Amino acid sequence: MRAVRALGSEFQKVFTTRMWWLIAILLVAYVAFLAGGFGAFLGWTIENPDAAQTSGNNTQLPPGMQLAPLLYSFASSVGYVFPVLLGALAVTGEFRHKTLTPTFLAEPRRTTVLSAKFGSQLVVGAGLGVVAFATSVGTGAAALAAFGLDTELDTSDTWALIGRGVLAMALWGAIGVGLGALVPNQVAAIVIVIAFTQFIEPILRLAASLNEVTAQIGQFLPGAASDALVGASFYNIAAVGSPEALEWWQGGLALLTIGVVATVIGGATTWRRDVS
Amino acid sequence: MAAGMPIEITGLSKRFGPVTAVDDLSFTVAPGRVTGFLGPNGAGKTTTLRVLLGLERATAGTATFGGTRYRDLARPLETVGASLDANFHPGRSAKQHLAVYATAAGLSKSRVPAVLETVGLSEFAGRRVGGFSLGMRQRLSLAYTLLGDPGVLVLDEPVNGLDPEGIRWIRGFLQSLAHEGRTVLVSSHLLSEVQQSVDDIVIISRGRLVKSGPLSGLELEAAPRTVVDSPDRLRLAGALDQAGLEYTEDGEGFVVDEPDPGRVGHAAFVAGVELSSLHRLTSGLEDSFLSLVSGGEQA
Repeated sequence: MRAVRALGSEFQKVFTTRMWWLIAILLVAYVAFLAGGFGAFLGWTIENPDAAQTSGNNTQLPPGMQLAPLLYSFASSVGYVFPVLLGALAVTGEFRHKTLTPTFLAEPRRTTVLSAKFGSQLVVGAGLGVVAFATSVGTGAAALAAFGLDTELDTSDTWALIGRGVLAMALWGAIGVGLGALVPNQVAAIVIVIAFTQFIEPILRLAASLNEVTAQIGQFLPGAASDALVGASFYNIAAVGSPEALEWWQGGLALLTIGVVATVIGGATTWRRDVS
Repeated sequence: MAAGMPIEITGLSKRFGPVTAVDDLSFTVAPGRVTGFLGPNGAGKTTTLRVLLGLERATAGTATFGGTRYRDLARPLETVGASLDANFHPGRSAKQHLAVYATAAGLSKSRVPAVLETVGLSEFAGRRVGGFSLGMRQRLSLAYTLLGDPGVLVLDEPVNGLDPEGIRWIRGFLQSLAHEGRTVLVSSHLLSEVQQSVDDIVIISRGRLVKSGPLSGLELEAAPRTVVDSPDRLRLAGALDQAGLEYTEDGEGFVVDEPDPGRVGHAAFVAGVELSSLHRLTSGLEDSFLSLVSGGEQA
């Protein structure tokens, strides 16, 4: 009962500030730009292979590469940073605005509060996932259709990919909560999210793929695990991805484990400290 | 309304590294009365309240509500209402701020407009807290404490930032809460701020208890005396001796341990001594408060 109330309170916290729709708008814009833009560009090169060749573009897709899942997966392969941010802000915002005092007065069991944040951000992350995939499928399929290419929206594989992508986004939201609990400083948490997802992890994934031993480790990096869960990513054709990849369910378990471990460690350290 | 229960602080200590903020503090706060929790800034008042409310962990000792620690209360907001510092998410409206915590505590949604009405913020219910003045934030903090209609209220410096009208209002309001049988603990660094509304006082300095008990006890210590002077001090001294009055001499004349100037005047009249001055000397509660507190600092 207390857990349900705490969960309700956490949802209210998310939707009574402007951050959630700011994040949602950025997510939609970013995914629409990449999925639509990249789709249109690839469609154009396929339709005009000679023009693409002479204009110096050497964008030959690897043989057997499916275009539609690649475009649709932009929702999670580049959009995952947004649920992480929102999840982290759900924790760091309480420290920053010193609202932990009223929060812990209303529910003194801190584990209940943190669990409610974890659960609510899973759901909010899934919501962002639905928004992101609606955007990537909408813009990506439109671009494909415009060039007479197969949108693959009639295959169950495509919808399974979308379902796994939404699950990945949900897990990213929970990972955000863990990160926020580990790094309660809001600015530091945001910098870590941006730096890790945009620079550090892509470089690590590339570096890890150069050697067979590190490649085994590299596939457990959160972004790689996420791509394995979804089953497609532009990282794979951008030759950044590790040649080794987990099964989709292993990727999901890896993400869940990262989220739970970070939240548990954060919950046992910063979250238990004196609130002043 | 939940029953008012006593606040019991027993042997409470809180150290931050080498700094001892609260040092073996013990006192009890009774229901049905307003208790002023007094001491200069940095005396350890807020730390004591934070430990009491489970926000900080005690180094030693206990702080309970009728024997139950805050974190063990089955329905915390309906048992204790507390405001520490006026901190809000600036993007939420007053109504949303309260609704978030009403949900967490499982309280009826109708409590939100009710408490906003009580503190006089109804017309600002939909406004973002970021634009609130200090006084409005204080009122919103108070509204939060009343959400669960609790039997115990713990308020840290509630008068800070209020305008004179607000101060007058909160004094009467605290008294009415106590008359309903609630336990009311109000901290302040100024005795004068709360002396008109408190029944009991707990004074601490440097984390230690200096004095606790009814406010009248402090008034007794600040009992007024009489100042008297005469052109002929020798004969006046004789007259005071004859009347059996204790006195000390200072530049203004004699300070007599007698609150009634009439009795001193009578003694002089009987002895036929001319007086050049005769008046009551009130040192005031604030003076005795300050002397208690500075005494604590020397310890």
